[in-house]
Amino acid sequence: MLATSVQAAVPSTAEVNTTGLAVTDDSVTVGILHSITGTMAISEIGSVQAEKLAIDQINASGGVLGRQIEYVQEDGASDWPTFAEKSRKLLRQDDVAAIFGAWTSASRKAILPVIEQYNGMLYYPTFYEGLEQSPNVVYTGQEATQQILAGIDWAVKEKGAKTFYLLGSDYIWPRTSNKIARKHIDKLGLKVVGEEYYPLGHTQFNSVINKIKLKKPDVIFASVVGGSNVAFYKQMKAAGVDFTDEQPLLLTISVTEDEIRGIGGENVEGIYASMKYFQSLDNPNNQEFVKAFKETYGDDMVIGDVTQAAYLGPWLWKAAVEKAGSFDIDKIREVFAGIEFNKAPEGYVRIHENHHLWSKTRIGRAQTDGQYQVVYETEELMEPDPFPEGYQ
Amino acid sequence: MFDGYTSSELMSIFAMQGFAGLSLFSVFVLMAMGLAIIFGQMGVINMAHGEFMILGAYTTYLTSGFFQSYLPGLFGGYFLVAMVLAFLICAALGALVEWLMIRHLYHRPLDTLLATWGLSLIMQQAYRSIFGAREVGVELPDWMMGAFQVTDLVELPINGLFVMIIALSIAVGVYLLMYRSGYGKKVRAVVQNRPMAEAVGINSAGIDRATFALGCGIAGIAGAAFTMIGSTGPSSGQAYIVDTFLVVVFGGAQSLIGTIVSAFGISQAQSTMEFFLSGSMAKVLTLLVVVGILMLRPEGLIALKVRR
Repeated sequence: MLATSVQAAVPSTAEVNTTGLAVTDDSVTVGILHSITGTMAISEIGSVQAEKLAIDQINASGGVLGRQIEYVQEDGASDWPTFAEKSRKLLRQDDVAAIFGAWTSASRKAILPVIEQYNGMLYYPTFYEGLEQSPNVVYTGQEATQQILAGIDWAVKEKGAKTFYLLGSDYIWPRTSNKIARKHIDKLGLKVVGEEYYPLGHTQFNSVINKIKLKKPDVIFASVVGGSNVAFYKQMKAAGVDFTDEQPLLLTISVTEDEIRGIGGENVEGIYASMKYFQSLDNPNNQEFVKAFKETYGDDMVIGDVTQAAYLGPWLWKAAVEKAGSFDIDKIREVFAGIEFNKAPEGYVRIHENHHLWSKTRIGRAQTDGQYQVVYETEELMEPDPFPEGYQ
Repeated sequence: MFDGYTSSELMSIFAMQGFAGLSLFSVFVLMAMGLAIIFGQMGVINMAHGEFMILGAYTTYLTSGFFQSYLPGLFGGYFLVAMVLAFLICAALGALVEWLMIRHLYHRPLDTLLATWGLSLIMQQAYRSIFGAREVGVELPDWMMGAFQVTDLVELPINGLFVMIIALSIAVGVYLLMYRSGYGKKVRAVVQNRPMAEAVGINSAGIDRATFALGCGIAGIAGAAFTMIGSTGPSSGQAYIVDTFLVVVFGGAQSLIGTIVSAFGISQAQSTMEFFLSGSMAKVLTLLVVVGILMLRPEGLIALKVRR
């Protein structure tokens, strides 16, 4: 009697997998596709670690529909065509039930046609510029309006900001983000006094620092990415700009705890970041997550916003599969809207019908030890709006 | 272009931008000097130059860590030790690489290009395995932070001044070495006419090895200096290499004076344009001008007159 009831809890493979995915009676295979070599490895390794941790934890708690998760990991090597090729391999050869991966918008755009052609499902963890909504992607990071609008509103309301200087690396994400920021600032009747872009990897920021000193903006809104950040903040500090006395205020959307490790906490002390997650979040889910992460990967690990968003991927997939009672992509897609995850380190998240997450936006202030202290969070979950009206 | 600035502001702008240009100039000189020595004197294109810089940077990172743990009282002075170590380690590795690889490839410049490119990939992977893929930050002693306040608007960053002093010392040192020492005389003899130099008893193989080691050592010092302003990761060397080649080729490959002139021209042009145009635009315009001038003077700004 007992035996049959256990068996009844684990539905037969023929029942839950009608499309030939790599599902057996006791296992299901998924794909992890990130850059573990090349320039993006620095950022994406944290995502790989988080996804593996989530998979291990799900397995330890009984798996998905009674099946243990196995994974195939591929290296996108920071090269967009490679991402496309590897995603094709994962879908066609390994028949994976889901792919967790990508970081840059360029790599996501490279995967998109493949994943739509073979009807796979990608869980994409990075905050990004929006203006996209694929039936084959779940976006577990923030889209632009969630990150930017709340951040600017906070600076205006709490800090009385009137003038803004927009600064970013020269590619699609910072440019789109600043476009949205500028529209919003205009709408509030405030002023943008400068907007500037530097090539990726640029290390000389003296000129823009001089300009900032001349224009004296209330807020420097920064979306500089990668190694350039180290140069930017070190040179700011050397030029005598001190963020601890709040004038000018620097609000970043690109410096997570991960980047601070390279920049050095003493160089960013006092800057503000607008994101949905900080390692220092004080709630039981997060304490458990940070503890598990450090136990697995070492005490000196830091966890940034995107790492947490990557951790959500496998859990949201599991919730969706179990709600649909099937691994079939089409059936999962039908039940997506409203899927929740109560144990999310950021607190609680829910999938919107546009495949993005409802989530809170938080403002953190950087401390010398490289951690952010949360100074503000939105009361309600913010609705994701990938195609904001009037902001395109 | 000058709208919206008062004349006193404009004065400050030019003062500040002049300084920014000078500090960019010192960065260029540091980057390009080692490459120019190796390329100019030996005809070897060292694609691993950026990786030697990063080796110097990692040496600085390790030295700062060592001082923090074992000699915290002397932390203020670690940087000088780090620079000496960076020079020695990079020069030693340079000599080893010359002995293992480069010396078999003289007279085959395209092969040295491939071989050193392979070397750069090997070094990058080694850094990744040893130090991890994430970028590391080097903490500066307090006296290197901050700036001299000249006027209300004009401030001179101390670490910028420091990079300038290092660049100046190295330029002077290289000049003395190349034009006022026995070694320099031999190097120039080998460059101008190798068989004749050998005929009068100059050990050209030894000169080659010393020159390669010197170039790599200078790259190491440059790397140490860059930890003050930039980041250190396995592939950060790639970020510098394009600018470095630009400076060397524009200046005229065999001329150290040309390297300095071209570093000055490019840095001042870029820094001025950066202020009045955008950062990306300044870079594009600089490149266009350089390409234009190279079309008129294919051998670079200052060409060495050699009988061939």
